[in-house]
Amino acid sequence: MNPLCMTRWSPYIVGTLLGMLIWFTFGVAHKALGVSTNFSQAILWAEKAIVPEHAKEVPYFADYKIPTAIGWEAAIFVGLILGAFVSAQLSGDRDAEQLPELWVRRFGPSRWKAYGLAFLGGAILMYGARLAGGCTSGHGISGTLQLAVSSWAFFLSLFASGVASAFILFRKGA
Amino acid sequence: MFESWSIIGLGLFTGFVFGFLLQKGGVTKYEVIVNQFRLKDFTVLKTMLTAIVVGGIGVYALYEYELAKLSIKPAFLVANIVGGLIFGVGMVLLGLCPGTAVAALGERNRRALAGILGMLVGALIQAETYGWISGLARSVDLGSVTLPNLLGISPWAILAGLAVAALAVFVALEFWEKRPVRQGSSALPSDPSIGTGSREKVGAL
Repeated sequence: MNPLCMTRWSPYIVGTLLGMLIWFTFGVAHKALGVSTNFSQAILWAEKAIVPEHAKEVPYFADYKIPTAIGWEAAIFVGLILGAFVSAQLSGDRDAEQLPELWVRRFGPSRWKAYGLAFLGGAILMYGARLAGGCTSGHGISGTLQLAVSSWAFFLSLFASGVASAFILFRKGA
Repeated sequence: MFESWSIIGLGLFTGFVFGFLLQKGGVTKYEVIVNQFRLKDFTVLKTMLTAIVVGGIGVYALYEYELAKLSIKPAFLVANIVGGLIFGVGMVLLGLCPGTAVAALGERNRRALAGILGMLVGALIQAETYGWISGLARSVDLGSVTLPNLLGISPWAILAGLAVAALAVFVALEFWEKRPVRQGSSALPSDPSIGTGSREKVGAL
């Protein structure tokens, strides 16, 4: 079978190729791979358009060196959607159109509850990511592999907190 | 206002490969992420550790030959650690992280769309409230430091240690996941209803 049409690849293969992708971003594009800066950049642009005076007074953008030029990160954002779309089309994977089975067993079948809690989860994690200066890609992969102290501190605390949260949230089994 | 077209092209290519790999790796799935934190499916850990070891060796090799610069985020340890703790809570609730959520949009995942709208609000709240906590967030500042700087040892020693540790973890996990399961036990990773995926759906690769 053509590997491109498989639903799943081994995590070791995927991890190796991801590592090699990072060689490419560092060696050719001279950039690290990150996703969450996009979100701060979107807020910066929105504030500049709507409340330009206020945007200048927000210390976060300067403290965290949020880039004003749109390019690398936004292109990754678009590429991510296209790449996953092509992969799912090739394998005919339509899993994601339903609510996950595990979710329904734990939280019930309500779609609006699922979207509401997903919204809340997204807000919480992005608050944390922007405070820490990166997410699972910028810190979790790009940063840890450069052996950055900040990234290992983030990665280990995210993992510990995730395990604790999962055990609390799913303590009744599900 | 905009970066060069070549950077945008490279970014599109990088994002495309990244999204393709995340989707093939199964980490765009709620169950795979949540079951990692429940310690029932180790796909995320296997993927990330492999990427860290392979990527780290290559990036440090490029750096030694002056073909690449490092890009080290500053270690404001309070911000990094508290941010990580908060991130973990949200990631379990959403079952995706920013990169995998964006990729999941390509799978027409509506929960991911709700999560991304939430992320915009989270980024807004963070930007607006950061001024109140910036003193605390920056209270421990080690600068843009790496583990080799901090410990005064070669990055290659750390990468070698990481590679050995990762290999040991992988061998142990593979043995543990393939262990015979007693009837009626609630042994975790082989619960057929959980959709662990890490074994039965993996193709010949």
